[in-house]
Amino acid sequence: MVPPTEMLRGLIAVAGMADMRQEVATTLTGIVCAATLSVCTGFLLGCALRAWPRARVAMEPLLATYYSVPTFIFYPMFIVFFGMNRIPIVVIGFMFAFIAMMTSTMNGLDRVPAVLFRTARMHRLGAIETTFRIVLPAAAPHLFTGVKLAIAYSFVGVLGAEFILSGSGVGYQIAFAFNGFDNERMYALILLVTIVVGTVNTALLGWERHLQRRISR
Amino acid sequence: MILNRRAADSLILLLIVLCAWQALYGIVGAIALTPPLTTVANALGMLADIEFWPNVASSFRALGLAIGFEVVLGLSIGALLGLNRLAGEVMEPVIMGFYAVPKIVFYPVVLMVCGIGVTSVVVFAVMHGILPIILFTMNAVRAIKPIFLRTGRALRLTVAQTVWSIALPAAIPEVFTGLRIGFAATMLGVLLSEMFGSKNGLGFLLMNAIGLNHVNDIMALTLLLAGFAAVVNLLLLAVDRRLHGVR
Repeated sequence: MVPPTEMLRGLIAVAGMADMRQEVATTLTGIVCAATLSVCTGFLLGCALRAWPRARVAMEPLLATYYSVPTFIFYPMFIVFFGMNRIPIVVIGFMFAFIAMMTSTMNGLDRVPAVLFRTARMHRLGAIETTFRIVLPAAAPHLFTGVKLAIAYSFVGVLGAEFILSGSGVGYQIAFAFNGFDNERMYALILLVTIVVGTVNTALLGWERHLQRRISR
Repeated sequence: MILNRRAADSLILLLIVLCAWQALYGIVGAIALTPPLTTVANALGMLADIEFWPNVASSFRALGLAIGFEVVLGLSIGALLGLNRLAGEVMEPVIMGFYAVPKIVFYPVVLMVCGIGVTSVVVFAVMHGILPIILFTMNAVRAIKPIFLRTGRALRLTVAQTVWSIALPAAIPEVFTGLRIGFAATMLGVLLSEMFGSKNGLGFLLMNAIGLNHVNDIMALTLLLAGFAAVVNLLLLAVDRRLHGVR
């Protein structure tokens, strides 16, 4: 173990290195790609399944077991599909994340109170107006929970995939430092990941609470 | 009738998945995939292999130990945090934050503290699985009707008695949901940890197969693991539904 002061010193040293900054940028790009992709796909799939209940019921056992199978085991397969580059890593992050967004979307759409639809009919809103003025705002807190989960899972998927089998990114650097007994750098990077994830998560949690409060008022 | 249709729909979905799998095999070929039938045959061959079973045993031992620790620790911590409003509110964001951090980045630390072997596997698995159990137990205990707890006070129960005979029975359905999710996370933890810091177990076999690119073994192991996870999860889900009163 290393005392926290030394972790901090290591972190400052790491922040000064150009190649490390490059690795951080690589990882963050991967996470942003995975999160964006999964939020969009998850939302669309959620809407589609919600509109087609039969498919949704059929999917239920699949959804319930999805997260108990480690996605990482498909990594070698993805390397063959996409090549030895960043794409398989982003795909793993995406596969981790999009299901969470999909379930949250269906959840959110389920919980729009029926009375709001009646209000929409009373005001003679068209389908598009109903969607944008009634459904989406009413489902917003659940959708946001989905976005929050998708971002968290993207972090887990991308960093995990980098850690296990890859040649780039922060996850890889942690594994590399660990294998080379470079404790200072390893703890610095672990601290970095914890700080970044903690900050992002706290910000999202605060925003989520704000949204929920606005809805319940 | 409805149940039959549901089962039929699920079967159709399964067929679609199998067809997609076969089609994918047609596209990418034997470098990356084995077709469904071959995979099943390979998986059965694996089950018939004597050397396979010690690995299963060591994975299951770690899984069992981890779940044991999680149930005892997770339930008691969750119940205490649920009963003590202040402690619960202070700890919730911390636990949520830890839940969102990729635990794999702490793996080197676990390995250094616990060493290679079953201890690090169990510790890492507990790190994965205990958080949902704590969170669900805490929220379940918080949602207990105050009148139950007042009855407990009127009967002068101790804290342990309150937890055991009031908090837990009232919270069981939600707690069970936490256990179900915790089980999946624990299995993930065991496999991940065996992939790096172990010389036996299913995760080790998987990592070995990945390293040597033995597609047959990767696919067969994946099928067995996914099948096991799916069966356990569906059983737990059935119990979960019954506890929640959904038919």
